[in-house]
Amino acid sequence: MVELSVIDLGLAAALVLLLALLSIRLRSNISQQLVIAALRTAVQLTLIGLVLKLLFANATLGWVLLMALIMLLVAGREVMARQERRFRGWWGYAVGTFSMFLSSFAVTLFALLVILGEDPWYTPQYAIPLLGMLLGNTMNGIAIAMDRLTQAAWEQRAVIEARLMLGERWEAAISEYRRQAIRSGMIPIINAMAAAGIVSLPGMMTGQILAGAAPVEAVKYQILIMFLITTGTGLGTLAAVSIGSKHLFDERQRLCLNRLRQP
Amino acid sequence: MSKTPPLLQINQLRRLMIGPVSLALEAGDCLCISGPSGSGKSLLLRAIADLDPHAGEACLHGVVASRIPAERWRTRVGLLPPESVWWLPRVGDHFRDELPVPLEHIGLSADIMAQPVRQLSSGEKQRLALMRLLSNHPQVLLLDEPTANLDPENTRRIETVIAEYRRTQQAGILWVSHDQAQIARVADRYYAVTNGTLEERTIEGSNG
Repeated sequence: MVELSVIDLGLAAALVLLLALLSIRLRSNISQQLVIAALRTAVQLTLIGLVLKLLFANATLGWVLLMALIMLLVAGREVMARQERRFRGWWGYAVGTFSMFLSSFAVTLFALLVILGEDPWYTPQYAIPLLGMLLGNTMNGIAIAMDRLTQAAWEQRAVIEARLMLGERWEAAISEYRRQAIRSGMIPIINAMAAAGIVSLPGMMTGQILAGAAPVEAVKYQILIMFLITTGTGLGTLAAVSIGSKHLFDERQRLCLNRLRQP
Repeated sequence: MSKTPPLLQINQLRRLMIGPVSLALEAGDCLCISGPSGSGKSLLLRAIADLDPHAGEACLHGVVASRIPAERWRTRVGLLPPESVWWLPRVGDHFRDELPVPLEHIGLSADIMAQPVRQLSSGEKQRLALMRLLSNHPQVLLLDEPTANLDPENTRRIETVIAEYRRTQQAGILWVSHDQAQIARVADRYYAVTNGTLEERTIEGSNG
């Protein structure tokens, strides 16, 4: 593997700066955001590099679990922030975080214990990147699906209540919007699987090949990851939409839109 | 021997600006309610159908609503909103059970069931929405201005169907209406909403 020097990274940073200057010339107001985001990438990734170095040197179960917990909580916050009409109060945070916990942790544990079988099973070189990829993708699926569900409940209030008035149970009254929410949460990962290798070379595989891995080995890992991510995203989306749609109704099956926050 | 409880009994019902409201409705009764817009008539009907949280209680044949599963309560106590809502492409998709009154009685032919909903006129929509509600065989009808924005002919058809259902099924009816002539035609009793409560009024000038 070619080791990167500070100068190498500086050259890449110069490209971003060049882009920023170009956008100032074109009177686009994106340059400031661009520079800030680039700085964040550099700082955040450097920090996580140091954290991972530390973690790999102290590979105890406690530290790995702490790291996993922090990743989960940050991902949960991100899911919450991406919903326009999320649930009020702690529910807004809990629905997404709990669903991610269920799906991402279960799938990661399955991969570590059953498929990879490393000793010890929590070896951070495997556990942390796996969990990271699962959380990152599950987060997207849940955020999209929950945003869609709560938006639909808000916009289609008249339809949902008309169906309740005709004696339908809440599950039936919201079934259409539940289906749509699950679909939109899972479409990105389904598309990614369909396009993998033809339109795009997935990032993890590319990284492994750059690091010197044999392409076929890298491909096997990528397939594994794709399947894990799909399962994680699907389970997480199903869980979040099920819990979320139930919480849209009270014990008398009334649609409770006052449980949603105004955007 | 205790007296048999009424079909629908409402005790001290409150919801936002409306209430406390208490009333009893016997089988076959038709009770009209009027009041200025914003006085809470629709909220009252929604609370009785248990679509909104409320204080107080409603009982059907003496059984309190909270002891009946919500979907069964709303099937028996059927609310017709002022604007009908349709969510499937064709009219017939919204009907599962048999119609209690033939379509011809409301001036419609049977092939309207195969039509797309967007081709319906507002009068047809309102008549069909009533049929859809009646096909659930509710024991109590909560009608929220069922003939608002309808021409006299459609108004008469709606009134005829409701009268036929009331007579054959011994249904009890709570009917929100602004039209004094309509109230005179259909009501046994008449209440006006004043300051959030119901006040009984005499039914004025029946002329037909």
